[in-house]
Amino acid sequence: MGDNPSGSTNAPAGGPGVTGRHARAAGNGVSPSSYDEPPIGGGGALPKKARFSMETGFRGLSTSAGAMVLVIIVAIAIFLIAKAVPALRANTVNFFSYEQWFPNDAQPKFGIAAIAFGTVLSSVIALIVAVPIALGIALFLSHYAPKRLANPLGFSIDLLAAVPSVVFGLWGRDVFAQPVQDFSIWLNKYFSWIPLFGGDGPFGRSIMLGSLVLAIMVLPIIISLSREVFQQTPTANEEAALALGATKWEMIRTAVLPYGKPGVIAAVMLGLGRALGETIALAMTLGTVFNISFNLIQTGGNSIAANIANTFGEANDTGRGALIASGLVLFAITLVVNMAARAIIYRRREFRDAAA
Amino acid sequence: MAKRIEASNVTSYYGSFKAIDSISMTVEPKSITALIGPSGCGKSTFLRSINRMHEVLPGARIEGRLTIDDQNIYDADVDVTAVRRMIGMVFQRPNPFPTMSIYENVVAGLKLNGVKKKSHLDDAAEASLRSANLWEEVKDRLGRPGAGLSGGQQQRLCIARTIAVEPQVVLMDEPCSALDPISTLAIEDLMFKLKDRFTIIIVTHNMQQAARVSDKTGFFSIDKTGDPGRLIEYDDTQKIFSNPTQKKTEDYITGRFG
Repeated sequence: MGDNPSGSTNAPAGGPGVTGRHARAAGNGVSPSSYDEPPIGGGGALPKKARFSMETGFRGLSTSAGAMVLVIIVAIAIFLIAKAVPALRANTVNFFSYEQWFPNDAQPKFGIAAIAFGTVLSSVIALIVAVPIALGIALFLSHYAPKRLANPLGFSIDLLAAVPSVVFGLWGRDVFAQPVQDFSIWLNKYFSWIPLFGGDGPFGRSIMLGSLVLAIMVLPIIISLSREVFQQTPTANEEAALALGATKWEMIRTAVLPYGKPGVIAAVMLGLGRALGETIALAMTLGTVFNISFNLIQTGGNSIAANIANTFGEANDTGRGALIASGLVLFAITLVVNMAARAIIYRRREFRDAAA
Repeated sequence: MAKRIEASNVTSYYGSFKAIDSISMTVEPKSITALIGPSGCGKSTFLRSINRMHEVLPGARIEGRLTIDDQNIYDADVDVTAVRRMIGMVFQRPNPFPTMSIYENVVAGLKLNGVKKKSHLDDAAEASLRSANLWEEVKDRLGRPGAGLSGGQQQRLCIARTIAVEPQVVLMDEPCSALDPISTLAIEDLMFKLKDRFTIIIVTHNMQQAARVSDKTGFFSIDKTGDPGRLIEYDDTQKIFSNPTQKKTEDYITGRFG
C-alpha cells in the first residue's frame, strides 16, 4: 500500500512513515482525517517493531520481582542452616528426642521434642475449638443474617483481627486465666478419669488457656475467608438445590459447603499457620514447662516460638544457634502442613476445573 | 402422576414493584403449556410463583391463590419443600452441582429426601438418565464431573435430576436459550416424551418452539416498562398462532411488537 499513488499524495509532508520507529504509516486517503493523522489501523508500509519498549521493560520488572521471592527464601534458608549447624554439632544429646533446653551450658543439652509437641498440640486444639465456631459464624454472615446485621458484625470481626497479639496475651494472662482456671478445676473434678483432664493441679497457665486464646486469635482469619467463599456460591446452584425440595440447611450442605470446601481448607490452613507461629500470646499464657504431656489443664505447655521469645535474651552463641535450629523445625512443620493442604485441594481438581 | 394447576388472581411483587398482575389460568395434567411474551413481562416470575421459588428472593411476595389439585400451595401450613418436590424446575442456564459427579447430580434430590439404599439410587439414576435421553452418552462415565458435559448434555442432566424425584409438574424456564439448535431439538423431543408422565410448563422466547411443542400457549405482555405483566391471551396453541383474538397477540407473533 505504501506505493499506492493516492496514498503518497495524501501522506503528511515529510512523514512517509516507513522508517521512523514512532512514525505512523501514511494513510491511503480513505478518510478525511488522514490528511493530518493517518488512521490507527495504518495504511502505509508497516513500521518496524520497537526494540526497547514499555513491554520489555515491564516484563523485566515483573520477572525480577518474581525472582526476588526465591532469592529471599534461599537467603533465609542459608542463614538459618549456617547458624544452626554449629549449635547442633555442639549438642551432646539427641536434638529430636531430648525434652529439655539447656543450650547455654558448657555441655549444651537441648532437644526439640517437648516444644515441638507443645506447638502442635496447642495449635491443633485451637483449631478444633475455632473451626466449628468460625464456620458457623461465616455461614450465619453469608446466608442467615439480614444485611443490616451482617455488615456491622463482619466489621467487628475485622476489628478482632486487628487486635495485636500482645494484647491477646495480656488479656489471656490477666483476665481470661481466671475463668479458664475455674473451668479446669470443674473439669478435673468430674472428668479426671479422662487423661486429658487428669492431674492434681495447679491449674491455670495451661495448654487449655493458651489454646483458647489462640482459638480466638485465629477465628477472624477463618471467618472472613470462609464467608468470602460461601458468598461466592453460584445462585444457580443454590436455587437448584432449593428447587429439588431442600430446606435451607440442606441447600447449604448440598451446594454451599461442597463448593466452598477448598476455600475453607485454605482458610483453616492459614489459621493453623498463624497458630503455629504465634509467639508472644503463648509466651504469656503457657506455663513454660518442658515435657510431653497430653494433660490440657495442668500448668504447663510450651511452644517453639514462645521458647524463642522467652530464652533469646539470655542465650549465648550456641543458645542462639539452638533457637534458630528450633525455628527451622517450626518452618518444616508449617511447610508440611501447607503441602498437606495443597494435596487435599489438588485431589478434587478435576471437579474444580470442570466447574470453572 | 400429573396434576392440574389452577392460578387465580396471582399477583407477585419484588419489594414494592408489582411484577405480574392478577394472572389466572388453568393448566391441564399431562400437557405442555408454553408461556411467551417480550422480556420483562413476568413470564419467569409467574413460573417461579408456581413452585414458590419466587419467594426465595429478598423482598419478594405474592398474593392470590395457586392450587395444585385443589390444594392451595400458599396456605400458611403448607411445607414449602414439599411443594418444590411436587413441582420440579429446570433453569435457563444448565446448573449441575459443580462438585458432584454425573451420578451424584442425578440422585442429589433423592438423597436430600432421605433415600439411602444404593440399589434404589442406582435404579433411579439409570431410569432418570434414560428418560432424559442421556443414559447412552454417559453410562460409562457416571463418576465424572457433571459440569464437564457439553451444555446440551448438562441441561438434560438437570432434567434428569429434576425428574428423579418424580414430581407431578415440571417447570422449565427458557431451558434451551443457552443451547445450540441440535441440543434444543433433543430437549424438545424429550419434552414430548415426558408429557406422558408430567405436566410441563415452559417459558420460551422462541415462538417456533412454543408452536412446535405446546398444547396451550399463554401470551404475557406489559403496557410499558415499569408496569406489571399481564396475561393477554391464553388458548390452544394452534388458535394462538393461527387466529388470536387479541390484537396484541397477533402483533407479537407476527413480529410487529417486542
